Amino acid sequence: MKSPPFEYHRAGSAAEAAGLLGELGFDARILAGGQSLIPLMNLRLAAPAHLVDITHAPDLAGCGANGGGLHIGASARQRTVELRADTLAIAPVLADAISNAGQVPVRHQGTVVGSIAHADPSAEMPAAFKAQGGTVTAQGTGGGREIASEDFFEGYFTTALEEGELVTGVTVDAWPAGTGHGFLEFSVTAESWPIALSAVLIHSSGGAIDRASVVLGGVAEVPLRRPEAEAILVGAEPTVEAFEAAAEAAAADIEPLSDSFGSGAYRKKLARVLTRRALTAAAERAGGEA
Amino acid sequence: MSTHDITVTINGATTSASVEARRSLADFLRHDLGLVGTHIGCEQGACGACTVLIGGRSVRSCIMFAVQADGAEIQTVESLAPGADMHPLQEAFRRHQGLQCGFCTPGMLLRSLELINDNPDLTAEEAREGISSNMCRCTGYQYIVDAVLDAAAEMRAEEG
Repeated sequence: MKSPPFEYHRAGSAAEAAGLLGELGFDARILAGGQSLIPLMNLRLAAPAHLVDITHAPDLAGCGANGGGLHIGASARQRTVELRADTLAIAPVLADAISNAGQVPVRHQGTVVGSIAHADPSAEMPAAFKAQGGTVTAQGTGGGREIASEDFFEGYFTTALEEGELVTGVTVDAWPAGTGHGFLEFSVTAESWPIALSAVLIHSSGGAIDRASVVLGGVAEVPLRRPEAEAILVGAEPTVEAFEAAAEAAAADIEPLSDSFGSGAYRKKLARVLTRRALTAAAERAGGEA
Repeated sequence: MSTHDITVTINGATTSASVEARRSLADFLRHDLGLVGTHIGCEQGACGACTVLIGGRSVRSCIMFAVQADGAEIQTVESLAPGADMHPLQEAFRRHQGLQCGFCTPGMLLRSLELINDNPDLTAEEAREGISSNMCRCTGYQYIVDAVLDAAAEMRAEEG
């Protein structure tokens, strides 16, 4: 189908975009790549009265290493971020997540920040961002603020953003040398979205693991951190037994919903298996030549 | 509903037009400019029939508004054979029966062109992975992969 009618506005800067959102009210949405929003509009599942295009705002376009972390501006395209050397150096779990998302032509147009702000609990980028950790920078007419990645996702397609605020960018925190990551997902067909995914990072300075992050996607209303699994990993040697125990703990108390793509029980099993495999991959990378 | 003046370069020619905000780039090409080589399949970004190149990069023109393309350089399937002679890719698709009904073909051709431009020496595996962005329900993909590899070889020879 075709999109319902709307008013199009073009913002030349982050401040102008915030001003437009404030002026236009609750029925205005940000348009960046549009690769989640426009399909929803074509399907008539969304019908915002106003779209504020931020892709012409130079202050939202940047991407690159920033104070040890990786800064990604709100209009930086997924394919660009995915292929950048500083993404691979600082946030390879995010690069893996992006490479699993959509198709290349969709990633040419879609943005990383747009996917994070869309907050689909099955999506790759929100889970990878939460797994590595970082901050979301939001701006409203009253000024800017930072929101920790841990606090950003509140429910299905729902974030800590307040009315009139937009995300101007995110910063992914760097992990020290000796970190390995794993990102694995399962989709029913190669083109479809994942029905379960696991994003993990572990760090060791040789020997026992001293820091771990385990986040699941597609099994709850938000990208789901698994503190019990992390507690098992920290202090443990990176062994098959430790990874099996952590994966078991990660999936133990989740209750994913069933749909035509997979039952809740199947998703729960996928969460365990994907987490074990992701941890094994992370250990190999952590042990390698950093 | 708002309307907007846009200027785009399509297949080398610069065009200005006034478009409704909700006009998709695919509909703009087909209905406003008569460039009906760009096909519309799913209208939700899944099938790839509407693929065009913007600045040499493949995008889905059904999930992009024409107003977003303001200032862009767009290439559609019509650019491949402006005269009587078909493009080596089109010849290869014909030779290998890389199409049957032809609905996916414009998108397949432009995505394949991008793949070959990015890597003139691509392998069968890379071609198969590359065209996985586009659906074809006739060929089973094998003949398309054959055509892409053959066209790439021919285009390398022409370049050399």
